[in-house]
Amino acid sequence: MTTTKSKVVYSPVFTDGAEFSIPTFKLLKQDGKLYKSAKAPDLDKDKALRIYRAMVTTRILDERMLAAQRQGRLSFYMQCTGEEAAVVGSAAALDDGDMIMAQYREQGALAYRGFTIDEFMNQLFGNEMDYGKGRQMPVHYGSAKLNYMTISSPLATQIPQATGYAYGQKMAGDGQCTITYFGEGAASEGDFHAALNMAAVHRVPVIFLCRNNGYAISTPAAEQFAADGVAPRAYGYKMDVIRVDGNDILAMYQATQEARRLAVEDNRPVLIEAMSYRLAAHSSSDDPSGYRSKDEEAVWREKDPILRMRLWLESKKWWSEDEEKDLQETMRREVLETMKRAQKRPPPPLDTLVTDVYDEVPPHLAEQFEKVKAHIRKYPDEYPKSAEHAKGGA
Amino acid sequence: MTKMNMLQAINSALDTAMAANDKVLCFGEDVGVFGGVFRATSNLQQKYGKARCFNTPLVEQGIIGFANGLAAQGSVPVAEIQFADYIFPAFDQIVNESAKFRYRSGNLFNVGGLTIRTPYGGGIAGGLYHSQSPEAYFAHTPGLKIVVPRNPHQAKGLLLGAIHDPNPTLFFEPKRLYRASVGEVPDEDYRLPLGKAEVIKEGTDITLLGWGAQMEVIEHAVERAEKDGISCEVIDLRTIMPWDVETVANSVLKTGRLVISHEAPLTGGFAGEIAATIQERCFLYLESPIARVTGIDTPFPLVLEKEHLPNQLKVYEAIKASVEF
Repeated sequence: MTTTKSKVVYSPVFTDGAEFSIPTFKLLKQDGKLYKSAKAPDLDKDKALRIYRAMVTTRILDERMLAAQRQGRLSFYMQCTGEEAAVVGSAAALDDGDMIMAQYREQGALAYRGFTIDEFMNQLFGNEMDYGKGRQMPVHYGSAKLNYMTISSPLATQIPQATGYAYGQKMAGDGQCTITYFGEGAASEGDFHAALNMAAVHRVPVIFLCRNNGYAISTPAAEQFAADGVAPRAYGYKMDVIRVDGNDILAMYQATQEARRLAVEDNRPVLIEAMSYRLAAHSSSDDPSGYRSKDEEAVWREKDPILRMRLWLESKKWWSEDEEKDLQETMRREVLETMKRAQKRPPPPLDTLVTDVYDEVPPHLAEQFEKVKAHIRKYPDEYPKSAEHAKGGA
Repeated sequence: MTKMNMLQAINSALDTAMAANDKVLCFGEDVGVFGGVFRATSNLQQKYGKARCFNTPLVEQGIIGFANGLAAQGSVPVAEIQFADYIFPAFDQIVNESAKFRYRSGNLFNVGGLTIRTPYGGGIAGGLYHSQSPEAYFAHTPGLKIVVPRNPHQAKGLLLGAIHDPNPTLFFEPKRLYRASVGEVPDEDYRLPLGKAEVIKEGTDITLLGWGAQMEVIEHAVERAEKDGISCEVIDLRTIMPWDVETVANSVLKTGRLVISHEAPLTGGFAGEIAATIQERCFLYLESPIARVTGIDTPFPLVLEKEHLPNQLKVYEAIKASVEF
């Protein structure tokens, strides 16, 4: 059985897809004014300010925690800087009950959902209040109550999982969908292809949000793929696709809102390619001066998505300089004070070494754990984090 | 009770699970209307609809990624990988995702509902890529359970046990026995425990340990050895991870001898792990070195399959050598 409906030709005709050109959707200019023929989406003041606060919170958290990493307080950090509109704008267009399966640079979505500074800090310091029980490196957040799947380091594994999760939502008929975030580098992984193809074949309510930020660590997008971005791949899967100015909060919000409608009402998966720029290093372990110029970065600094939104809010008289100053000061203080508190909290108890591998600790692991504890009891000074916890037992 | 072969027993287990809970879904390559290349999912699509039993595109990493997401959402996916030889594109999803989902999230999320079914093993003239026994790769990954049944009754009870177990489980099906092994199988829902070995036959001189299709080989070797007057205790491990150390150790404390047999190659095979643990537990009771009768360290051959495989004659020789040590 053939699956093509193509017309027949009688000489070898090749095609390179050049006839397809994907436009970029924009609404907001850098000065905070709308483009001439653009119309702002339906976004009330409360929601607009919730979005803005989440973006500013993310920026301040990132600045402060990178500094903390430089001071040696923290082992590792990753910033969302420059991509706040792409992440928060898309998350804000969803229902809070929709599942978010992110890559690792999407703390803005979590901030929007209401993850508190205290919750961020507990994970970053891996203390006894970290939901992940101190098992993962910093920025691997997760929240069951906020429907934010715990981050996993391997790239792109979350993409086919999002297809499966959304298939389950469709079966449950609860009117929810899943969004999954990934970079243009991760889109080279086989899991990306598997996920989009399966979603299209099975008509799954999932939104694939590619943050095309120009770099996969040091590898520029031009060395990642020959095509015009990631978006054209959607044609191959027969999937709806849109390319959006990722630094344009209004465009990101409206595009995702429309994508969600297609996903939930028509079971049509959607690919969104958000064009942006990773203004910060890949992580605290990376130094971009080895692979890109300050001039290039300066061009994108001029396109700051947060400033763009602020100017729009001010033009609507929804925001003032005083409110800005107050938010900046309040957030900086909260981040600093919360960090100090979180840093002082004790590490997770010793038994978290062996719990959650299975639903219950199996006998062979219980036996290994007893040996570990006996060893710590023998050398308590060598294991200051857990000597106290090792006291119980045979 | 109905007389069934192993495929019918597996089909019955899936049917039972799907009838009891509409969150149970079966999918994989050719699993839908065709019922799978071995027909383990026959009639399930007809009975439960296309949404619950369906074909997937030909992409193993996608099948397991999709299954992980479904399980995290609260569904109960039973994913089929058509041959265990083709599970490796999904290795990352199984080893880095399924196995670590609960641990890395501090139990906020889990994929405990996941079961992966896949036919394994040789003896069917399948050559390199339709014969492998990859259980040891997965046994090296904390967080997974690994189960292998030896006959139809075990297959249904263990598969239902795996589907209901709150941990991601790999269920390796001995495809050589799919139609060759026939027995009485209860029609109703019954679940055999995971992590429990079964002493199939009691004896006093030597312990024979295996799993899956190798149990049949061991039983033939034992018949021969018993004619020589050697009393053999035979244990089916059933669950490779976590494995039942107590049952095996208690047996070896009694017999003083142990022969372990599996089809997978010797080096890094699971028999090595068992031997290391049992010599620790039973060191002063051992009458002879623990023996391993396994495939040799080559890719799986085709024409010389018989020479490669640990057949009953090789197991019999190992029993004799152990007793005469």
